[in-house]
Amino acid sequence: MSTPVNSLTQYIELYTTHKADINANSAPALNALRPQALSQLTDTALPHTDTEGYERTSIAEMFAPDFGVNIMRMNIPVDVAASFRCDVPNISTLLGIVVNDSFHPTATLHNKLHDGVIFGSLCKNATTHSELVAKHYGSLAPLTNPSVALNTLLCQDGVLIYVPKSVKLEKPLQLVNIFSSPAPLAAFRRILVVLEDDAEARLLICDHAQDNEQQYLASQVIEVIMGRNSIFDLYDIEDSSPNTRRHSMLYASQSDGSNLLVNGMTLECGTTRNDYNIQLPGSHAETTLAGMAIASGTQHVDNNSQVTHTGCSSKSNQLFKYVIDDNATGAFEGGILVAPGAQYTEAYQSNRNLLASTGARMHTKPQLEIYNDDVKCSHGATTGQLDGEALFYMRSRGIPESEARTMLMQAFMTDVIDTVRIPGLCERLHYLVDKRFQGGLRQCGSCGSSCHDTKTKQQ
Amino acid sequence: MKDMTTDKTTKPEKNDSKNVIDNVTGNEYKYGFTTDIDTDIIPRGLNEDVVRFISAKKGEPEWLLEFRLKAFRHWLTLTPPEWAHLDIPEIDFQAISYYAAPKVKENPKSLDEVDPELLDTFSKLGISLDEQKKLTGVAVDAVMDSVSVKTTHRDKLAELGVIFCSISEAVKDYPELVQKYLGKVVPYTDNFYAALNSAVFSDGSFVYIPKGVRCPMELSTYFRINAAGTGQFERTLIVADDDAYVSYLEGCTAPMRDENQLHAAIVEIIVEDRAEVKYSTVQNWYAGDKQGRGGVYNFVTKRGLCRGDHSKLSWTQVETGSAITWKYPSCVLSGEGAVGEFYSVAVTNNYQQADTGTKMIHLGSNTRSTIVSKGISAGHSQNSYRGLVKVAPKANGCRNYTQCDSLLLSSTCGAHTFPYIDVLNDTAVVEHEATTSKISEDQIFYCNQRGIPTEEAVGLIVNGYAKEVMNKLPMEFAVEAQKLLQITLEGSVG
Repeated sequence: MSTPVNSLTQYIELYTTHKADINANSAPALNALRPQALSQLTDTALPHTDTEGYERTSIAEMFAPDFGVNIMRMNIPVDVAASFRCDVPNISTLLGIVVNDSFHPTATLHNKLHDGVIFGSLCKNATTHSELVAKHYGSLAPLTNPSVALNTLLCQDGVLIYVPKSVKLEKPLQLVNIFSSPAPLAAFRRILVVLEDDAEARLLICDHAQDNEQQYLASQVIEVIMGRNSIFDLYDIEDSSPNTRRHSMLYASQSDGSNLLVNGMTLECGTTRNDYNIQLPGSHAETTLAGMAIASGTQHVDNNSQVTHTGCSSKSNQLFKYVIDDNATGAFEGGILVAPGAQYTEAYQSNRNLLASTGARMHTKPQLEIYNDDVKCSHGATTGQLDGEALFYMRSRGIPESEARTMLMQAFMTDVIDTVRIPGLCERLHYLVDKRFQGGLRQCGSCGSSCHDTKTKQQ
Repeated sequence: MKDMTTDKTTKPEKNDSKNVIDNVTGNEYKYGFTTDIDTDIIPRGLNEDVVRFISAKKGEPEWLLEFRLKAFRHWLTLTPPEWAHLDIPEIDFQAISYYAAPKVKENPKSLDEVDPELLDTFSKLGISLDEQKKLTGVAVDAVMDSVSVKTTHRDKLAELGVIFCSISEAVKDYPELVQKYLGKVVPYTDNFYAALNSAVFSDGSFVYIPKGVRCPMELSTYFRINAAGTGQFERTLIVADDDAYVSYLEGCTAPMRDENQLHAAIVEIIVEDRAEVKYSTVQNWYAGDKQGRGGVYNFVTKRGLCRGDHSKLSWTQVETGSAITWKYPSCVLSGEGAVGEFYSVAVTNNYQQADTGTKMIHLGSNTRSTIVSKGISAGHSQNSYRGLVKVAPKANGCRNYTQCDSLLLSSTCGAHTFPYIDVLNDTAVVEHEATTSKISEDQIFYCNQRGIPTEEAVGLIVNGYAKEVMNKLPMEFAVEAQKLLQITLEGSVG
C-alpha cells in the first residue's frame, strides 16, 4: 500500500507548479478558497483505513495512482449530445451534460428554463453571478475534511443550480456525468444547489463512464442550501464501470419547513464512497435519505451518512439497502446526532443487507448520538440471506431457483425505489434494477453511448 | 450480595413503598466509608523496580516475573486509547501507587486471626465472611485493595475438585494450571490497560472447575478499593473444563474520595466442550459527587474464550457506579455451536460517563450470540453502547441478535449507540435494533393517577425496563441491583 502522505503530495505538487493555469482556467470565486484549502492540506493526509469513519475505504489509496488532471480545460472531443441519450421514458427533463467536470448544456436548455433559474456551468456563473457563488461556495463543505480541501484546491468547474423565491420547477433537472478520456483521468467537480424560500426543484444525476477499460477517479462535492419551506429531490444514480473510483460528498443544510429527499443508487461501480452530511438547523424540516447498492465482482460500495438535528421538531428517515454478490464488499456507516435543544426530533435509520455469495462481505456501523430527552430515535441493521422458505415456496410453484432469487432480490429493493417522488422515474428504476439483477445491465437501457453493453444494445 | 442482611430483614416490609423511598433517599452512596486498617502501600510511580517489587512481595516464580516485565515493556510503547466516546482527563500513571495491601498476619487460619477492623469492613458491606452467611451458600473471595483477603467454603469446594482461591495462591499451589491459561485470552499486548494490568496485577481470583463438575454454589468475588491514591489491578481467571458449570458473581465498591482512583482489571474465562460459565457483575464503584468530583475510573478488559464445542458463556452486568466506565465483556466463539450472551444495564447519573458494550466474535460454525443492552442516562451523564459483532469467513450458519435500548431521563444527558457489524460469511443472520426515548408522559400520568408519586413511578418504570436483564441475575444479586438502580437515579426526576 502506498503511504497516505504520498497520494496527497502529488496533488499538492500539481497545484503549486500549475497554480497560475488552474486559476486562469477557473473563476475568482472558486480561486478564492484555494490558498485556504492548501494550508489545510499541509501536514495532513487523506483519510485511510486507520481513520475513524473510513475503516473500510481508504481514500488515500483511492487517490494514490497517477491520474491526469485536465487543468488546461482542453475540450475532449465527445459528441455527447448525439451519442448519449440517457433519457427516462415517460418523463421529460431539462438535461445538462457534464463531460469529466465541464458542463455542456443541451441546445435548447436555456430557453426552457424559468426566468431567474440558473442551471449551468459553475465556472461561468461564478463570473456572471459572482456574489451568489461567493456567498454559498464552500459555505457547507468544511475544508477541515482533507477530501473536501483537495476538491476545493483543484476544482475548476461544476454545476450551479439556483432557484429563486417561490419558483417551482415543473420538470426535473437532469445531469449526466460522463467520464471520457484517452488516459487515466481524475475529475474534481462541484455541484452547488441554492434554493430560495418556497422554491421547489428535482435533480436527477446519472454517472457514466465512456470507456469501461479506462481508469477514472471522480471527486465530487455537492452543496445544497435550502431556504424556508423549499423542496428538493436529489436522485444520484451511479452506473459507471469497474475501473471508476468515486468519492462523492454531499453537504446539505435545511431551513425551517424544508423538505429534502436524497436517493443514492449504486448499480455499477468500481470503488465508491458516498458521504451524506445533512444538517437540520431549521425547525419542522424533513429529510428522507435513501440508498441502494448492488455490488458484484470485486466492487466496493461504502455509504456514510450523518444526519445532524439541531432544530426542533424535525424528522429524518434513512433507509439503506445492499445486495452483495461474488467477492464484492459493502460498507455502511450511518449516524444520527441530536444536539442539545433539538426537542421533539424524530429520527429513524434502517440498514438491510443481503449477502448472496460466500465471498461477499458486509460491514455496518449504525450509530446514534442523542443529547436530548424528548426525542424518538431508532436504528436497525440486519445482514442475512434470502428467506429460505420464500425460495422454497416459489420453487414449489414451478419457478426456477435462479429466477426466484432474482424476484426476491428485486422485491427487497422495492422500498428504496418507492421513496422516489417522480412516478416515471420510479418505473424506470424498477426496470434498471431488474436488469441489473439479471446480469444484463451494463448501462441504462435506451441510451446510445458506446459504453453500452453489446447485449443490451441488441435488445 | 453486599447488602443481604438488610435485604433479608426488610423483606416483609418491602411492599411498604414509603420504606423503599426512605431507603432510597436516605443514602447517597452507602459504601462511601474508609476503613482504618494498616495498609502496606509502596511509593507512587511505576518502573521496572516496582514490577519486580510486586513480584517479589508475592514470592512469584521466575516465569511470572518475566510475563510482568514483558507486559511492562510493551506498555511503555502504548498510549491510552482515545476512540471511546468519553472525556477522560489525563491520567498521571506515575502518581498512582501500584501496590496497596491490607496488612494481615500471614495465612490466617481462622476468622479470629483476621484484622477485626477488616472483618468489620466486610460486615458493613454485608459480605458473607461470617458463619451466618455461610448458610446462604455463597463462596466468597474478598479482594481489598487488590489483595485477596479471605476465601470461604474452600474445603467444601475442594471435595469436588473445584479450585477457588486467590490468584497468588494459585500461582503457588497450581502453577502449571495458571501458566497454561494466564494471558491466553487477554494477552498483555491486547490494549493499554491490559498491558498495565499484566505488569502490575496484585491479586484476583482463580477458578478451575474440573471435568463434569457442576459447581454446587455460586462463587463470588468482592472488590474494594480502600487506600487513597492507589489503583486496583486485579486479575480473574476462570477455567471451566469439559461439561463443567459455574455461576460467578462479582461486586465492587470504593470509598468516597475527591480524587479519582483507577481500576484496571482483567477477567479471562476459558470454556471447554459443553461447559457453561455464567458471569454476573454488579458494579458500584464510587461514581463521584453530584458535581462530578472524584469517582473511580473503571477501565476493564473482560473476555471469554468459548473454545469448546457447544460451550456457553453468559455475561450479565449491572453498571451503576464509576465516574468513567470503559468496559467491553466479550466472547470469542471458536468452538462449534458455542453460545455467547451479553445482558447489560448501564445507569449513569450526574456527570458519569460510560462507554460499554460487548464483542461477539464468531469463529466457529453454528455459533449463536444474543446481546441485550439497556442504557439509562440521567443528569448530565453520557451513556454509550459500543459493540462489535463479527462473523469470520469460515463460520457458517451463525446467528446474532442485538437489542440496545436507551432511556433518557433529562434533557442534558446523552445516549449513544455505536454498533460495529462485520459479516464476512453469507450464511450468517445478524440483526441489530436500537431505540432511544424518554419515559412517556402517559405512563407517569397513569401511575400518578393511582397515587404513585412521580419519583417512585420512574423507579417502577425503569425497573420494568431493565427487567429483561435483571431476570438473568442470580436472586440475591437481582434484589441488590434493583435497589442500586433506584439509588443511582435518586433525585434525577423533576
